[in-house]
Amino acid sequence: MKKKAAIPEHDYLRTHKRFPSVWCPGCGIGTVLGAIIRAVQALNLSKDEVALLSGIGCTGRMPVYVDFNTMHTTHGRALAFATGLKLARPDMEIIVVMGDGDALAIGGNHFIHAARRNVELTAIVVNNRIYGMTGGQVSPTTPTGERGLTAPFGQIEQAFDIARMAEAAGASFVARSTTYHAMELDRLIARGIEKRGFSVIEVLTQCPVSYGELNQAGDAVEMLKWFRDNTTPVGDRAAPGKIPRGVLVDRELPGYVETYQKLIASARKRARA
Amino acid sequence: MSDPLVPRHGQPKARLMQGNVAIAEGALAAGLGFFAAYPITPANEIATVLSRALPRRGGVFIQMEDEIASLSAVIGASFGRLKAATATSGPGFSLMQESIGYAAAVEIPCVIIDVQRAGPSTGMPGAPAQGDVMQARWGTHGDHPIIVLSPSYVREAYELTIHAFNLSEEYRTPVILLTDEVLGRMSERVELPLPQVQVQQRHHPEVPPEWYFPFDNEAGDVPPLISFGHGYRYHVTGLYHDKAGFPTGRKDEIDDWQDRLFRKIDNNVERIARIEMEEMDDAEAAIVAYGSTARGARHAMKEARQQGKAVGLVRLVTLWPFHYAAMASIGRSVRRLIVAEMNRGQMLGEVERAVKGEAQVVGVNRTDGEMISPSQLLEALE
Repeated sequence: MKKKAAIPEHDYLRTHKRFPSVWCPGCGIGTVLGAIIRAVQALNLSKDEVALLSGIGCTGRMPVYVDFNTMHTTHGRALAFATGLKLARPDMEIIVVMGDGDALAIGGNHFIHAARRNVELTAIVVNNRIYGMTGGQVSPTTPTGERGLTAPFGQIEQAFDIARMAEAAGASFVARSTTYHAMELDRLIARGIEKRGFSVIEVLTQCPVSYGELNQAGDAVEMLKWFRDNTTPVGDRAAPGKIPRGVLVDRELPGYVETYQKLIASARKRARA
Repeated sequence: MSDPLVPRHGQPKARLMQGNVAIAEGALAAGLGFFAAYPITPANEIATVLSRALPRRGGVFIQMEDEIASLSAVIGASFGRLKAATATSGPGFSLMQESIGYAAAVEIPCVIIDVQRAGPSTGMPGAPAQGDVMQARWGTHGDHPIIVLSPSYVREAYELTIHAFNLSEEYRTPVILLTDEVLGRMSERVELPLPQVQVQQRHHPEVPPEWYFPFDNEAGDVPPLISFGHGYRYHVTGLYHDKAGFPTGRKDEIDDWQDRLFRKIDNNVERIARIEMEEMDDAEAAIVAYGSTARGARHAMKEARQQGKAVGLVRLVTLWPFHYAAMASIGRSVRRLIVAEMNRGQMLGEVERAVKGEAQVVGVNRTDGEMISPSQLLEALE
């Protein structure tokens, strides 16, 4: 019998040559990767049936470390690649990881339309509110007034609300958590994978090196504490103004691939008739 | 009701068919399983036909939110083992350049159909042009090999579409079918199905998963590709990568990979590049043309022959890789080459590069949305 790794996540990592990772000390992306692995484990999915796709940026580097079918696509387009793959292989569980700039600036249109079609994908948006890999430029989720390399006087634009946009566009499942709430994150990702239709899980993630330094947000621990203190479970009326965490939308809507398969069945029937 | 557009097996039947429809039919005959596109003139008929025909065969048609997404989805589907294609025109082709580079870098088979229209920018959506010849070759950033085919007749559009899929599987590369508004929207008599259609399937690895490397230089110039979800878990990236697909900065690995990427096409130019020659045995001058321009060029050549002039026709069926050696020997056999194209001389430069002054090379060009007429060419032959 194969010896079980001391840390169960290690069974899923490409440990032989892919480490150390490209991520900075204190980065939260590894926590999200851990949560994805634990969710896959909890659902008893085999490595072969899981595909992990990403776009470009710090989060884009995530798939290389994990032993699934992995694809590091182009900037913003991961959901479009994933739509094609899912239609070709409806039996596979496809998880798409994107940063906030990747998913919502360059990939904003693909994000909206993947949600509108309700494609059976699990989209995880690692929201660190900044472009980390390129040095700290403001992103569509940088809060107004916060600083970035390209907003030295503070961001004057509004930030997207990822969850509300996903809901308005038509996603079946929308949830939010943070890297502080890692166990909650495991469960939310598992629910997102299980859900038929398009699932979006936004993960507030610390970027101590780019975002933290530019905004005097402290180190990784300080930033994690901020997530702890400024978020609250959905429906908590005692804490108005805090960012809600948990399942924000969970509804039954027809999934695109499932609907297309029905269309194929009826088109073939008509073609034979 | 049966669909008249879905080809039937058995005896060839003559019918009048539009160029764009022939492309859709050819794609189906090649085993198309996935088609994604965004509406654009003058390519729309391809998507219209396939949106109906594909689901009837268990395949998938999807209208994406733009052309970037269309080709991205095509690549995703190809990694899911479906033969996949998209169709567009100039403006959409510009948007696809990003994904064409990705497809070339990760060596994923796919077919991109560009029904060229006059440009740049929005140009004249309903008028023909051949202005995308260089974009098809060099449109995406960075050096990469590519295969580009250009049909002149509706029957050939059908046949070359099948050939495009075959080449893309054989060489693990994106293949571009470069046609134009005239050929796309004209109708011509064709007899289908073709008597012998060969369909190339993807080379699958014979080694167990732990020995499999999707970019292994030692597995030949075209390493076998297995699709996702078959127990061969690997990584795909547009970054420079090693044989396993993982990002690398090692110069030796990068050199080996890039050399192989070019070698797989460069070493097979003889097999890939088709040039059709007519009346060249005693020709003193020849018209070099491709796509719908070759139709008028053929007419001009015949008329010149009737006038007693020793004129031949050189029709480029494959635009890229360009067959420099063949063009050089053509250049040595004639005194003058007239290069006719609906652009400002994009192939002219390649012909000059090949001919190296051995013959006079003259361009006949047009970019006003009109075709080059035989009389224009006869004038150039004076």
